[in-house]
Parts: sequence; C-alpha cells; structure tokens
Amino acid sequence: MVSKLSITLLAVAALTTTARAQDKTSDVIARGEYLARAGDCTACHTAPEGRLFAGGRAMPTPFGTIYTSNITPDPEAGIGKWTADDFYRTMHSGRFPDGGLIYPAMPFASYTKVTRADSDAIFAYLRSIAPVNQKNKPHELRFPYDNRQLILGWRTLFFSEGEFKPDPSKSAEWNRGAYLVEGLGHCGMCHSPINALGGTSQSDAFKGGLIPMQNWYAPSLTSNREAGLGDWSIKDITDLLQTGVSARGVVYGPMAEVVHNSLQYLNDADTKAMAVYLKGIAEGSSPPPASTVLPNTESSLLISLGKTVYDKNCASCHGTQGEGRPPHWPPLANNQSIEMQSAVNPIRMVLNGGYPPGTEGNPMPYGMPPFAGLLSDNEVAAVVSYIRTAWGNRGSPVSAREANELRSAPLN
Amino acid sequence: MFARDAAIAAALVILAAFDGAAAQTANQPPDTMSARVEACTPCHGNKGEGTSDVYFPRLAGKPSGYLYNQLLAFRSGRRKYPPMNYLLEFLPDPYLEAMAEYFAGEHPPLPQPAPSEVSKDVMAQGELLVTGGDAGRNIPACVSCHGPGLTGMQPGIPGLLGLRAAYISAQLGAWRYGTRTAKSPDCMQVVAGHLTEADVTAVAAWLAARPATDNPAPVPKGTYALPFGCGSQPN
Repeated sequence: MVSKLSITLLAVAALTTTARAQDKTSDVIARGEYLARAGDCTACHTAPEGRLFAGGRAMPTPFGTIYTSNITPDPEAGIGKWTADDFYRTMHSGRFPDGGLIYPAMPFASYTKVTRADSDAIFAYLRSIAPVNQKNKPHELRFPYDNRQLILGWRTLFFSEGEFKPDPSKSAEWNRGAYLVEGLGHCGMCHSPINALGGTSQSDAFKGGLIPMQNWYAPSLTSNREAGLGDWSIKDITDLLQTGVSARGVVYGPMAEVVHNSLQYLNDADTKAMAVYLKGIAEGSSPPPASTVLPNTESSLLISLGKTVYDKNCASCHGTQGEGRPPHWPPLANNQSIEMQSAVNPIRMVLNGGYPPGTEGNPMPYGMPPFAGLLSDNEVAAVVSYIRTAWGNRGSPVSAREANELRSAPLN
Repeated sequence: MFARDAAIAAALVILAAFDGAAAQTANQPPDTMSARVEACTPCHGNKGEGTSDVYFPRLAGKPSGYLYNQLLAFRSGRRKYPPMNYLLEFLPDPYLEAMAEYFAGEHPPLPQPAPSEVSKDVMAQGELLVTGGDAGRNIPACVSCHGPGLTGMQPGIPGLLGLRAAYISAQLGAWRYGTRTAKSPDCMQVVAGHLTEADVTAVAAWLAARPATDNPAPVPKGTYALPFGCGSQPN
C-alpha cells in the first residue's frame, strides 16, 4: 500500500517536473520571439511573399546586391545544424560557425552587444519555427567587394566586439534602453553617417546620415535640431515608437518599416526605457542657428510662390500656421524633420506622400497624398522652402534641382 | 421642484458631455474613410472616379474582392508600380479591406467615353473579341467572365467600364509579358498570352468606347458560370 502510494507520488512529481521544463522551454521560446522582434530579424531574413525567416531578400548596397540567408532550422538550407554556441558566435563576432567572415550588412557590430542569455533565447525561438528547405542565393557583389577578405579591413576600422556594459552612473531603465537601442535595435545602422567604406565610426554614433541606396535621411538622434528627442516628452517618444504617430511627428519610409516590424511589439517598459535613453543622449539644447537670411529676390519669390502652393494644397490638413492636427496630421511648425539641415525627407514627402505604418495602436493611419504628378520642380522647391522657413522654422530654402533629383529616388 | 432641478441638472450633464466630446474631436481629422484615403485621390480622384491621367484607373464601384486583391498584390510587390508599392507597404490586411470596401461602395457617374482614334475595322475587331472571342485562337470573349454588361461579378472579377484605352492596353500588355500576375490559376495571363498587339489595341479601343450606363454595379457572385478556373474568383 505504502509503496503503491509512493510510486504514484513519484509519478506525479515526475509529471510536474516535465510540465515545468516544458513551461520553461516555451517561456524561453516566447522570450526569443520577442527579442527577435526587437532585433527586427524578419525585416531582412523574410522575403516579400516568402516563408518566415527563409531569407532570399535582395539587399541592394553600394557594393552590389546581397541576398539574405535562411535562418530556419532546416539542416541543409538553414541553421538546423548549428548549436547555441555557433549562433552566439555569429551574433557576437560576425563569423560563421566555420570561421567565415560575414558581410556587415548583418548588423553584428550592434548584435555583439547582445547577452548570451538573449542570444540563446533567440536561437531557441528560431529552432522552434518551421524549417524551410530553400537554398541561399549567392551574393552579386562587384569586384573587389566580392572578396570576403576585405571584410577584415572593415572590421579593423569599424568593429569592436563585446557585450553591452551597463553604465553604473545611470538608472537601470536608461541602461535597458541603451542595451536595446545600441544592441538588438541596431539603430546606429541608419542613424549614423556611413562613410565611403560602408562603415560608421564610433565617435559619429547616432549623428545621422543619408541611408545608402534608399535616399532617405536618417536624422541624428543626438542633435535636437534633427531627431534628437531632448525637447520631447517621454509620452511623445513612446507614442512614436509604439504607434508610429505622435504629437510631435510621424514616421514614414524606412522608419515606418522599423515601427511596423519591430518597435510596435515591444512592451511598455522596454519602450519607455528606450525613450528615456534616447531623450538622455540628446545634446543639451543647442543654440539656435543663425536665422535664415533670404539672400536675394529669387529666394523671396520662391517663398511667396511656396505660400501660394501651401495655402492651396497643404493648409487644409496641416493648418494655415503649420499647426496640423496631431497626431494624425503632423504639425509642420517647430517640426525638426522639416527644419533640419538635410531637406531630403520633406522633399520626398511632398513628392511621394506616404502612410505611417498600420500598428495595433494606430491600425488605420491617415496618409499624405503624393504630389509628384501635381507640382512642378519649382513648386515643390517653393513649398518645401516655405514650410522650412515659415512660422519660426529655421531651415534653409531648397532649389528646384534638389527637388528634381529626388524624383528618381527609389521608392522601395 | 425637485424634478425640475433634476431635469436641468441632467440636461447640463448631457451638455457638458457633448462639450467634452466636441473638444476631443475638434482638433482631429474626420474619423472617416474618405479622410483616410486622401493619399489615393491625386491619382484616382476623390471618390475613385479617376483623374485626367489616362494611366490611372477608376476604382469606384469595382468589386471589393478585386480591389482588395490588387491592394495585397501591390503591398507584396507582386504587382509592380513603385508609388503604390511604397504607399501600401506597411498597412495591415483589415485596413486594406476597408479601403477596398470604401471604393467599391462609391458610385460617381461613369465618364462619357473620349472619342476614339482607331479605324472602324479595328473597332469591329475589338467588338468581335470582347463579345465573341476567337475560338480558333483559344481566346474567350471578355464578356464570358467580365459579364454581358461588362460590369464584372462579385467578389473578384472587375468591371471594364469607365477605363481609358491607354490603361487597358498597358494592363493587357503587362499580362502578356508576365509583369502583371495574379493568384493561380492565372486566367488573365493565359488569355492575354493568346492576344497579339493588334488584338490588344482593338480590345482596348472598343472597351474604352462603351457608353456610360446607369447601373455599372457588378452582378452578384454565381450569376453565371466562368468558362475556366480563376484564382481570383474561387468557386
């Protein structure tokens, strides 16, 4: 009798342990999925209409086209034979398990900051998805960039390996934000100037830059005259990151993709941590730049034509004083992305219009109409010059040539 | 007395509530689909009636299933037109469905056809292909799928009225060359593959010359049987 009871108890205990182990595994997988979202792995490793994480998406670079790889657990075509060690080494060191060098289109210079535990969770998640037997497509890089040994030079210049080191003088929240922004978020891949070698130097981190091949300007995250968030409230920042719209501005273009695939899935605590960090790295309010002097009559003619175009086409949504109806119709007055030194984004918005991403918090966004077919180069230049200089905005006028050049900018 | 006070108080509370609601929405864009699809209007017109640009199609009144399929195809890049691909890239399915339903539900009048520049012979060839097809060359009549009145059928087959010759001919050309594709079985690709360039010109000219009708609404699903399988109109 006693022994029967103890056997039953043992069996129950064994069942409970298995259940706990399964719980733990599914917890790790769920955490891995969350972290894979934070790293926006899908943006590159899933092709349009393709299977999840089966790769094959073409990534145009100034050096040729790179095709992303299959990271499903297929043993032949994917990473089914990898161990958690292999995966960590790839993320951390930018080398394949056989030691081969990875092109820095894969943001390992950011992923190197990811902790071992987070890397293991992402790997556990990737092991849990459906394997896809789809072979990787070879890259199409021009000579001499097809020689992977060149990556060694790039690594020497631009890669410093090492996990994220918290700054003990800052709060846990700030450090969590820094870990996400600098690591998985790989924000610096776009928001830092890219030099001719396709690298970003540490001292220029988050200082903004034109995204190669896409011709969108990724504004500085440190300068309050660009996308520096020093003057923003935490709520406006978290709104922007989570829903794509905010009282201060709206995301379009490549940043819409980031919100759509990645940031909208982050929980409130992580979003707030990123906001705290981003607000923190903004430089103290910079002195206002010398106000734009309109040097000649040509400029004032441009601005006066711009006002005519604006009142006719733009004011019904953005308001006669550029006040907009935030968050859906963004304000243009005191809007950093309108005023900043590069006029690429405002010109592109006038030409191509755009929709912010559809997110859980903003599932039916309002769109900006494209005006490429309605306005001449002169009118585009005029209206952009007007919104950059009216209502106290401190941008500079733009020329018809600049407007014309962006008509041929790639749209996707 | 008490009752009157209570009534006044209630009225004030209601007024206050109204005020609050007004204050909340006063500074917001109208909560309507027409405000949400303003990005579509420079090319497709305020109600989807089309614009003076002959390459931009009328959307109004087309079956919502057809419009939704096109929005999905533009979003994924299967149907290639960069300005459309760009606009739709990050919009979720239910929103695209709502957009499709919005334009399907708009019924601005059909335009009167523009005078055609093609010869009578070409016009006659167009009419022959549209209404009777050419069995010898495996070309079905357009009307066998798009309907005797060319108004399309719910939910996936578009009407062909109110389109300009340039647009129709560009689309048939894209089907012929395989740059426009749809879900398998891709019936339009097969049909267009049997057309010559002269056929395309003739069909486009005759379709664009159809006079406006009062009721261009697509007929209900199952009104007639399709001559072959169509991925966009599953049975």
